[in-house]
Amino acid sequence: MNDRANNRRWALLGMGIALLVLIFLPPLLPPYVTVLLTQGLIYGIAAMSLDILIGYTGLAALGHAAFFAIGSYTAAILITRYHLGFGTGLISSVGIAAVAAAALGPLSLRATRIYFLMITLSIAMCLWGLIYRWSSFTGGDNGISGIHRPDLGLPLSMSEDRFFYYFILAVFIVITMLIIRLIHSPFGKTLVGIRDSESRMRVLGFNTWLHKYMAYIIAGALAGFAGNLYAYYNGFVNADIANLPGCMKLVLMVSLGGKGTLLGPAIGAVIITFLENMVSVYTDRWLMVLGIVYIVTARVMPGGIMAILKQLGRSTKTL
Amino acid sequence: MTDSEKSNAQPVLECLSLSKRYGGLDAVKDISLRIKPGERRAIIGPNGAGKTTFFRLISGEVEATSGSIRLFGRDCTRMPPYKRTAIGLGRTFQITNLFNTMTVMDNLVLAAIGLKRLKYSIHRNLASYKEVYAHARMILETVGMSDKRDVVITGLSYGEQRQIEIALALVSDPQILLLDEPTAGLSPADSAMMARMIHNLDPALTILIIEHNMDVAFQVADCITVLHQGSVFAEGCQPDISNNLQVQAIYFGTE
Repeated sequence: MNDRANNRRWALLGMGIALLVLIFLPPLLPPYVTVLLTQGLIYGIAAMSLDILIGYTGLAALGHAAFFAIGSYTAAILITRYHLGFGTGLISSVGIAAVAAAALGPLSLRATRIYFLMITLSIAMCLWGLIYRWSSFTGGDNGISGIHRPDLGLPLSMSEDRFFYYFILAVFIVITMLIIRLIHSPFGKTLVGIRDSESRMRVLGFNTWLHKYMAYIIAGALAGFAGNLYAYYNGFVNADIANLPGCMKLVLMVSLGGKGTLLGPAIGAVIITFLENMVSVYTDRWLMVLGIVYIVTARVMPGGIMAILKQLGRSTKTL
Repeated sequence: MTDSEKSNAQPVLECLSLSKRYGGLDAVKDISLRIKPGERRAIIGPNGAGKTTFFRLISGEVEATSGSIRLFGRDCTRMPPYKRTAIGLGRTFQITNLFNTMTVMDNLVLAAIGLKRLKYSIHRNLASYKEVYAHARMILETVGMSDKRDVVITGLSYGEQRQIEIALALVSDPQILLLDEPTAGLSPADSAMMARMIHNLDPALTILIIEHNMDVAFQVADCITVLHQGSVFAEGCQPDISNNLQVQAIYFGTE
C-alpha cells in the first residue's frame, strides 16, 4: 500500500517536472529543438496508442504504423484536394483509422503472439505497397506536399513553430489524460488481465476477443489522430511512414521507454526523434543506429527507461 | 412437487457420449455423466486419462468432436466459455493461472466484474466502484486471506496462490464449480487444509473435482468417476470404489 502511494508520488513529481520543462524550456532553446520536440510529442501519441496494445494488452502489433499512415494520408488528401478544415480533417483521420482497424482487427486477432505480429506487419506492408503504387490517389513515390498548418481561429498563427508546438503540447496532454483514464477504467484493467492470463479471463466470463478488438480499434484511432497531426507538422507525407522502418520505429519507442508504462513510450518517442534527426546530420546510416539502439535496449534494459527511473526512485528512497 | 424434487429432476450438468479427438488420439471418448444439484463428484484416473480435457470441454475452452453438454438443462455444446460462466459455471486450473502482476485484491476485483456490464466502461476509475470491492473483500474473507489483499501474486506462497486460484472462481458466484487438482504440488498439511476449505464451501454448490490425492477425493466427494484412456472406467460411491480392484490396477499397475 505504502509502496503504491510512494510510486504514485514519484510519478506525479516526475510528470510535474516534465510538464514544467516542456512549457518553459523551449523558448530558451534553439528553434529547431522546439520543432523536434513537436515531432517527438506527435510520435509520443502514436507510441502511447501502441503501448495500449503491446504494454497493456500484450499484443505485439508490429504494423501499428499503418494506422498512423492512414491518419496522415487522410489528412493530406482531404486538406490538399478538398480543402477541408482542421476539425473535419481530424475527425475524418480518426474515423477512417478506426474503421480500418475495425475492418482489419478480425484478420489480425485470429492469431496470437508471433503470428499476430506477422499479420499486423504484413497489413502495414500491403498498405505501404498500396500507397506506393496507387500514385493517382496517393502521389506514389512523390508523396503529397503542400499541407499547410491549420487555422484554429486563434490570434496565434500555427505556421509559427513556437505556437504550433504549444498547440501540440496541449493536445498531447489532453490525449495522455484520456489514455490514463482508459488504463484505470474497468475496461483498461480487463486488458491487463488478458495480458497476464487470457485463458483465466475467458472462464471468468469475459469475451476476451471483444476486449482485444475494442483495444485494437481505440489504439488504431489514436494512431490515426497522431498521423493527422504529423501531416500538419511535416507539411508533407510519403509512403515511408508505413514502411518497415516506420513500423519498427514505433515499436522501438515503446520498448526503449518501457512497455506498459504509457509515459515511457512518449519519452522513447522524443528520444528516438532527436536521435534520428541528429544522426541523420552526420550519416545516412540512420537505420543501423536504430538497429543498435534496439539491440542494446533488448539486451541491457528490457524494462526500458521507465524501469531504470523506477529503480533510481527506489534507491533514493532507501537512502 | 417440492423444490428439492424439482431440482432433482433437472441435473446441473449432463454430458451425453462426449468425445474429443486430437488427430488419431481419443483424448475423451464417449463420456456420459449426470451431476445432480449439490452433488460433489471426484474425477480420478492416471495421467493422460483425459480428465483435464474433459474439464476443458465442460468449460468450453475446447470444442467437442461429438456428443453434447447440457448445463442447467440448457444445451451449451457450442457455447463459448464466457457465456457458460454467465449461466453459472466456475473453473480453476491445475497449473496456477492468476494475474501475476496484480495484487490479490486486484485479481478478485477483476474476477468480480467478469459478469457485470461495467467491464466495458472506459471513463470511470475502477476504484470508484465500491460495491465490486466490497464483494471481492467478502470472498477474500471466505478463503481466509484478508490480510494478503495488497500483496502481489508473485509475493504469495504457493499454497496461498492455490487458495486464490479457488477464490477467483468463487467470485462469480457459480452454481457448479470445476476444480482441477486443487492440491497439485501442495504439502500434506496444506492439502488437508485445502480439503477442509473445499468441504466447507456452501453445500448448495455443486462441485466436480479432479484429484490424485485419494484422501482429499474421499473427504470432498460423495461419488467418484474413474477415467481411463478417455473413457469412464468405473463409477461408484465410497466405499465400493476404493475397494474396486480394477481401479487399483490402473493406478498401481498389474502384476
